[in-house]
Amino acid sequence: MSDALDKQKKDLSTLNQDYATKYGFSDPVDYFHKGARGVSHEVVEMISRMKKEPRWMSDIRHEALDIFESKPMPRWGNTNLLGEIDFENIYYFMKPIENQQQSWDDVPEYIKKTFDKLGIPEAEKEFLGGVSAQYESEVVYHSMKEELKEQGIVFLDMDSGLREREDIVKKYFGSVIPAADNKFSALNTAVWSGGSFIYVPPGVDVKIPLQAYFRINAENMGQFERTLIIADKGARVHYIEGCTAPVYSTDSLHSAVVEVIALEGSSIRYTTIQNWSRNIFNLVTKRATANKNATVEWVDGNLGSRLTMKYPCIQLVGEGARGEILSVAFAGVDQHQDAGAKVVHVAPNTSSRITSKSISKDNGRASYRGLAKIHKKAENSKISVECDALLIGDDARSDTYPTMEIDSEKVSVEHEARVSKVAEEQLFYLTSRGLTEDEARLLIVNGFMEPFTKELPLEYAVELNRLIELEMEGSIG
Amino acid sequence: MSEQQGLLEIKDIHISVEDKEVVKGVSLTIGRGEVHAIMGPNGSGKSSLSNGLMGHPSYKITRGEAKLGGKSLLDMASDERSRAGLFLAFQYPVAIPGVTVANFMRSAVLSHRGKDADMSDFRKLFKKEMSDLGVDASFATRYLNDGFSGGEKKRIEILQMSMLQPSMAILDETDSGLDIDALKTVSEGINRYHNDQNGVLLVTHYQRLLNYVKPDFVHVMMDGRLVKSGGAELALKLEDQGYEWVENELGLKAGV
Repeated sequence: MSDALDKQKKDLSTLNQDYATKYGFSDPVDYFHKGARGVSHEVVEMISRMKKEPRWMSDIRHEALDIFESKPMPRWGNTNLLGEIDFENIYYFMKPIENQQQSWDDVPEYIKKTFDKLGIPEAEKEFLGGVSAQYESEVVYHSMKEELKEQGIVFLDMDSGLREREDIVKKYFGSVIPAADNKFSALNTAVWSGGSFIYVPPGVDVKIPLQAYFRINAENMGQFERTLIIADKGARVHYIEGCTAPVYSTDSLHSAVVEVIALEGSSIRYTTIQNWSRNIFNLVTKRATANKNATVEWVDGNLGSRLTMKYPCIQLVGEGARGEILSVAFAGVDQHQDAGAKVVHVAPNTSSRITSKSISKDNGRASYRGLAKIHKKAENSKISVECDALLIGDDARSDTYPTMEIDSEKVSVEHEARVSKVAEEQLFYLTSRGLTEDEARLLIVNGFMEPFTKELPLEYAVELNRLIELEMEGSIG
Repeated sequence: MSEQQGLLEIKDIHISVEDKEVVKGVSLTIGRGEVHAIMGPNGSGKSSLSNGLMGHPSYKITRGEAKLGGKSLLDMASDERSRAGLFLAFQYPVAIPGVTVANFMRSAVLSHRGKDADMSDFRKLFKKEMSDLGVDASFATRYLNDGFSGGEKKRIEILQMSMLQPSMAILDETDSGLDIDALKTVSEGINRYHNDQNGVLLVTHYQRLLNYVKPDFVHVMMDGRLVKSGGAELALKLEDQGYEWVENELGLKAGV
């Protein structure tokens, strides 16, 4: 970590030390049972105290809240939709017991139907519907935990991570995405709860993908997840998060921060598929740092939500580092997927590849927003960007906002963008072989997604295809 | 179906593309076990007839009748026509990126057999048909027509015909773009498929395919109409003398 950051943390530690005494909360549980909405220093203090966090974390939170309040909303992306977010009307922290107070009857019909069609087990349905806080995966998780422990791998939820490995968390928390990065990273830093914490020791190759699914608990699926993954020198790890079933939450804002650090010669792949219920604003900051000869891969699938703004980023800071971002977005009725990717080449001989695929159906809108930046010293670097958009129906919309900032001369940059409609000739070809028009359209869409799905573990690929099938049902071409 | 009835019966078919009439009244009956060839210069309406019969949305049948096995094709969408037993091998098969030949073929066969059909024989059948047509096994996992050469595309068309076993196959310029070895393999594929219960309609500009697949009847198409019919010898005469003598004989001007 840099000296500047150390200093920043030191400064922070002296700030806001008097909050607890100043506001003197005596009964945090009661406070939350009353159901406070909105965010304030009181709420932040409450969260931190309930978690029994060290002071330095609490200070970071308070500082972040000030940043959040001082920063304006983004003036780009879908500003109309962003304007609909009512920060004062959101619960920023809920105890597990309150999650359970929701009733199965409150879960929207379309989500229940999707659960049924995906054949999701009862316990998992209730969990995903926000009705039950605990999903029965304990047994699998425990046996896996023993195996990981032997290799020295740390795989915890972020709250436990802070308790059990404070040294590592303190060193890396906020080092890739500081609170001041943007309004939503500031909000997350102030009120974060849950998320994953992973540390892989030097030279350890984690053979099986680590799946958040197996360590799901009340705090995992929070609105303000905070995830931190560190692969030490020469380590390898694949982390998988999310599932293809729609996740229902009555609160409309989900704002996660994911920090990934790949130390020298290590390799990290982060796979996520998210399918939010249609009321959710999903505003996520994801960024990775790849050191010398390290590899970082984001495999990122976005379905559902009202508005998603998410641009996984890789900073290639060490010579020979490599980055790859593969993303798909599916924008259905009334949805806007503003997704993309960022690569920042700082060191020489670094390479990156971005493959973005989007599908817009009915009046759905998918935007690709990308940044490809090469600093002056990053000689002999290579960037390749490929954006592919598929439109289904006459009202579907796709936009591309690529930004290139190339400050070095000896580099190679390729950019390709394509927008296509499901072609009449393709449909006719397939229907002339006996497939119905719906079957033909689905086959074409699955084919379009194939470069993404083939990167997924089989069970995820199968689920994703089934989900797309559901999304495509009754589509009018 | 009575003996007198043809397998494919077309009566006074008119087809328009973007309001321009391109097929101007074609009548043709193809019986079971028969091979017919329609020959004609470019732009005479051969491909339009093929596409219109298969149900291409841009090729609108404005008048006439077309029946397969006694059932009217015109009320059916193209997928229904396929499942009713009609097949069209395309002149320019389109690519479907991301969809493997095997996956596509399985979907097509399943649509013909019905949703709950037993597909346990599929793999074996598919392998055998590929090997018979000299298609390398690696094609099973390649994306349909994506980056295929002209010859590879045509073999895959014939492969689909063999797998689906239609009662009536229309082959649109299947010989174009084939070298002599590929032409032989493809012709053998057509001959293996053909039996006394099904019908074949070869649509071609040149006679050379007809050296390998012997037609029972040859029809000449010009300016949207069948203007002359005969036996296999008619094809040879066309090859030898071109289309000009037909024009002169009938006082017509051929399309370009």
